[in-house]
Amino acid sequence: MGMVYDRYSSIVYAVALRVLADTGAAEDVLQDVFMQLWRNPAAFDSSRGSLAAWLAVITRNRAIDVLRKRHPETDIEDVVVSVEPDLASDADRSRLVTKIRAALSGMPAAQRSALEMAFFEGLSHSEIADRTGDPLGTVKTRIRGGLLALRRVLVG
Amino acid sequence: MSAHEQFAEELALHALGSLQGQERLALEGHLQGCGECRHEIEQLRGDAALLAFSVSGPLPPQRARQRLMNAVGREPRIPLALPSKRAIPWWSVLGWAGAAAMLVAVVFLWKQNGDFARQIARLQSDATAQQEQLVQANEIVNTLTAEDAQRVTLVAAKTPPQPQGKAIYLQRKGSLIFLANNLAPLPPQRAYELWLIPLTGSPIPAGVFKPDAHGSATVVNPPLPPGMEAKAFAITVEPEAGSAAPTSTPIMLGAGE
Repeated sequence: MGMVYDRYSSIVYAVALRVLADTGAAEDVLQDVFMQLWRNPAAFDSSRGSLAAWLAVITRNRAIDVLRKRHPETDIEDVVVSVEPDLASDADRSRLVTKIRAALSGMPAAQRSALEMAFFEGLSHSEIADRTGDPLGTVKTRIRGGLLALRRVLVG
Repeated sequence: MSAHEQFAEELALHALGSLQGQERLALEGHLQGCGECRHEIEQLRGDAALLAFSVSGPLPPQRARQRLMNAVGREPRIPLALPSKRAIPWWSVLGWAGAAAMLVAVVFLWKQNGDFARQIARLQSDATAQQEQLVQANEIVNTLTAEDAQRVTLVAAKTPPQPQGKAIYLQRKGSLIFLANNLAPLPPQRAYELWLIPLTGSPIPAGVFKPDAHGSATVVNPPLPPGMEAKAFAITVEPEAGSAAPTSTPIMLGAGE
């Protein structure tokens, strides 16, 4: 567990802190996520993707639950995250992060903003539409388009 | 790209957990039967994970690691479910054998406990009955032997009171109770002695006694040879210490009824 923690705690803590903007709450989520993995290691299906990506999504979901003061809605076993390639090595991840940031920088500001509000703030598309004043359909299109743009980073 | 283009935007929203209500239910219903869309949503989650990787920030505090390790140490991991056809190691049977032995022991102890309980109940019942008998016997003996008991002998009217003795003898137990009334006062250093007259042989001493001021006397269970059959009982006057054999003629004599 120590090895897994040493390798992935930075991404887990960074995501939790980005969502919650509170170090104490982020630390609690960090603890919670790794304890879930400890209790139920079979929840992560290694044949479907990287542990880093799975932990990132699990952490984001848990942090949003904390932010919205609600009980976890989804069993971690039901969260399957498919991503290529394997991101276990720091070098792989580091190269990938550079590409991702470049892709985000290349996105229209409204698309990037919609994506980040959906992912890091847990806002629904209608909440985003209310906040930005954009039509609901436009928000939906931006979110999907933003995710597909990130996917292209992997093949590019 | 998915063949179900109509769900494309919903899939992206669902991957981020922002689909609610009827839209969510409808999509989940579709996902159950559509492997292609399930795969697409898994990929969209992967895309979202990439967004997570874009985040940079401080490392978690050092104490967080220790906190996790402490928590892990306190909580043993639940073993993964074993495949059903996996060979069962012989020693794993020990657990079941132990459990079976424990069960047998429990049943045995439970049964034995029941036996003990019944035995105790029976003993308690016996003890209670004996206690009642003892109380009854004590009352009889106390009444018969109490110094302050009134002893009244009824005889034919206008007959002067006569010395009278009653011996109650239980041969099988060698138990004897003797009660006397209206005995004449004794000369100094003399006492009455009770004799058991067997079917054959010499009289057997059955207790030395002196009457009280009213002429009453009691002898309870004097030492007697066991199983002695009594033909009669007699009383003689003897030296105060008693005699091994009668030294005078009986003043009272009675045969069994």
